[in-house]
Amino acid sequence: MISVQTQDFSLAEEYQALTQGNQTDGAVVTFVGLVRDFNQGNQVLGLSLEHYPGMTEKALAKIVQQARAKWDLGRVRLIHRVGDLHLSEQIVFVGVSSKHRKDAFDAAEFIMDYLKNDAPFWKKELTDKGPVWVAFNDKDKAAKAQWTVTS
Amino acid sequence: MIRVLFFAQLKEQLGCEQLDFPSAGIGNLADLKAALTAQGEQWQPLTQTNLMMAINQEMADLEDSVADRDEVAFFPPVTGG
Repeated sequence: MISVQTQDFSLAEEYQALTQGNQTDGAVVTFVGLVRDFNQGNQVLGLSLEHYPGMTEKALAKIVQQARAKWDLGRVRLIHRVGDLHLSEQIVFVGVSSKHRKDAFDAAEFIMDYLKNDAPFWKKELTDKGPVWVAFNDKDKAAKAQWTVTS
Repeated sequence: MIRVLFFAQLKEQLGCEQLDFPSAGIGNLADLKAALTAQGEQWQPLTQTNLMMAINQEMADLEDSVADRDEVAFFPPVTGG
């Protein structure tokens, strides 16, 4: 399940969707990304998320497909919100079920690392100094690159 | 015509969200970028080095071919997650 949406999501409901009637998987890993209060030297009051409708969904589907090709995964759920978000609001959800924990941990991290590099989302932060487009972080590039080195 | 889209700060810098550009003489993304940039001062933000590009909603490089009716997008490095 992949969703790009303005509305919030429920971790409890997502967990249930990963586990309900799923007797083959012994591991579930979930990740939630939140709006935090300080970034790149600015006090953040909230943010606005822009995306490329159409391409975003395709890019996310490709990332999940890449993860499935690499690990033995059961269910994968990926949600990314767009639009205006306040401090501490949920931005992104990744949930992965698998027979074994290592596959689930690795796949969840891989999906986030690839999303940070390949999915067409852009964050504009509303800060105490005015609106600021978030700059790409080279650490995210390195995080993605490590998956091709170790495989 | 080639449908051209711009996103995020690039869209703001150019003051343009989308346009249709004649495909005559355009072979690849580099040609399209050069033709857009040649339109004048307003288009200089397209020369920034780290821009990403997509053709028909797939990530693409400057040497990738562009054809009539393709949808092309230029945008800054992505910052989701």
